[in-house]
Amino acid sequence: MIEIEGVRKVFGEGRDSFTALGDVSITIDSNEFFTLLGPSGCGKTTLLRVIAGFTDPTEGRVTLEGRDLLTLPPYTRPVNTVFQSYALFPHMTVAENIGFGLKMLGKPRREITTTVEEMLELVRMTEMADRKTSQISGGQQQRVALARALAPRPKVLLLDEPLSALDFKLRKDMRLELKRLQAETGITFVFVTHDQDEALTMSDRIAVMNHGEIRQIGGPRDIYDHPAERFVADFIGDTNLLPAELLSTEGESARIRLPSGVETQARAATGGQKAGGDVTIAVRPEHARLNGTEGALLPGTLGNVVYFGTDTHYHVDLDSGGSFVVRQQNQPDQQHHRQTGERVGVSFAPGIGQVLKD
Amino acid sequence: MTTLAETRARATRKARALLLAPAMAILVFAASGPLIIVVIYSFLTPGDYGGVEWEFSLKAWFNVVAERDFFTDELRFADAHLSVFWRSIKLSILTAILAFIFGFPTAYFIATRPKKQRDIWMLLIMIPFWTNLLIRTFAIMELIRNQGTVNTALIGMGLIDEPIQMLFTEFSLLLGMTYVYLPLMILPIYASMERLDFSLVEAGYDLYASRLKVLTKIIFPLVKPGVVAGSILVFVPCLGAYVTPRVLGGGKQLMLGNLIELQFGQLRNWPLGAALSLSLLAIVMVALLFYVRAVSREGESNV
Repeated sequence: MIEIEGVRKVFGEGRDSFTALGDVSITIDSNEFFTLLGPSGCGKTTLLRVIAGFTDPTEGRVTLEGRDLLTLPPYTRPVNTVFQSYALFPHMTVAENIGFGLKMLGKPRREITTTVEEMLELVRMTEMADRKTSQISGGQQQRVALARALAPRPKVLLLDEPLSALDFKLRKDMRLELKRLQAETGITFVFVTHDQDEALTMSDRIAVMNHGEIRQIGGPRDIYDHPAERFVADFIGDTNLLPAELLSTEGESARIRLPSGVETQARAATGGQKAGGDVTIAVRPEHARLNGTEGALLPGTLGNVVYFGTDTHYHVDLDSGGSFVVRQQNQPDQQHHRQTGERVGVSFAPGIGQVLKD
Repeated sequence: MTTLAETRARATRKARALLLAPAMAILVFAASGPLIIVVIYSFLTPGDYGGVEWEFSLKAWFNVVAERDFFTDELRFADAHLSVFWRSIKLSILTAILAFIFGFPTAYFIATRPKKQRDIWMLLIMIPFWTNLLIRTFAIMELIRNQGTVNTALIGMGLIDEPIQMLFTEFSLLLGMTYVYLPLMILPIYASMERLDFSLVEAGYDLYASRLKVLTKIIFPLVKPGVVAGSILVFVPCLGAYVTPRVLGGGKQLMLGNLIELQFGQLRNWPLGAALSLSLLAIVMVALLFYVRAVSREGESNV
């Protein structure tokens, strides 16, 4: 278990200073696939470097299983890193790269050989053992970097955007591979990415970061379906943002009035918002339906219809102003194709709309 | 019939030959030419007032390593020559080692500064290099002579009573040559250090390598080409050094460069001077061959 408490990191001094991390606290459970997700410059890599020991925080505590990590130099922390650029040693072979950590730990030669063989098998690189790292492809280098970091059996594996240099197809394969490795080794993975798909497909929990702060922590489903605030809703997936009036709240349930004047039930993440105020409601495009105007929550006129193969995006110009996107899956037996200019109504079930903190 | 392609190819060849001509001319006349003259001279007889007599003789080559006793006609090793050879090789190797010991940390220091500062540091390294060699050598002399800065200061502090004899010793040669040739070691090491991906250093720390291990197992192997280039750049000019041993050795600590100059100058034995020059060339070539081979073999077994 990693406990990060009140970690702050300020680079530079005085007017030129830049706060990379502002009071970050997270608890990461053992054997968890934990993802730090955020746009570039949000501080996620800085946080990773603090755990690895390459950056000293300005303030705060980091403990691993109760042991203070910050007093230890990086080469004594039971933590290994997979670098974004892989950082494989160019003067060593694949096998030597993988065995480097064990050699530095002073393990006996025989143990190193067996572990390296196991690792090569784990990442399916046995035939490449004697190649130089410059003689293998990007995807293979990626796997070697993984094996090298896993070989010393760290308690925690840190991964700094390890998939960003790979092409799309390989990236998708590696996601499954990483998930498999994590399950097989039982090591805690802390994964840094700006790619929401990677975060959603692999993680047990995700921490969404922005401007050096944690905006929301939760499971992928939780984060996607119930974003707590505008930034999270906007950053992950596509979303429709609607102005609304908050009438009353009761626990997590909120009564709202949409701009069309219709009242409905929405979800308020933590409560806390005062009734009577103006709020923003988030609705995922695929959570809304397109019907006739009769009884619809938001009547409007159909603008663009964009066909995507698996689904179609309908851009609706709302009568109350603004636009709303509805995404519907295409069916082979679909009879009726809607046309631009048609009168339509947008609806979503009670409790689907999410009241955002701003 | 010549096709268009053939004509064009011929034109390219012609243009290439023309473009290469100036460089080739310089190589032939300025590099190979004098060397050939030196080779020829080494097989001739010395003239009475310098120059050569056009008469074939192996005496010069013979005299490089051996001499005939003036009185007894006995054959014996030319101790004087051999000791100069030995001193030159020894001091050149020591200078290269000292330059490495001082140059490597300096290059590392500069390479790890922020990008904007690096040029300033490099400038500081280069400034002495732009100063005349003689002036720098005399400056060293001023520092270490018996009434010089160092001795005066030491006596003033009461640490010693008598000045330490530093000038005109091998120490003074070593000091002078290390100082003069240090930039030649720093530059190539810095060049390869600057290209070093410092995430590899972090990867080393991450994989439980201590500072020393990171230095010896990661940084050093990766900047080794720079170290090899630097040691060659220091070693070769040291072997033929002339000004530094002349000024700081005071005629007592001769090196090969001085011995050769002596043959062409006062002793008027041009063939022996030529033979000594060629011996120097041979030593350099053999030494480099061994060095480069040893280094590359170590590189292979190391990985």
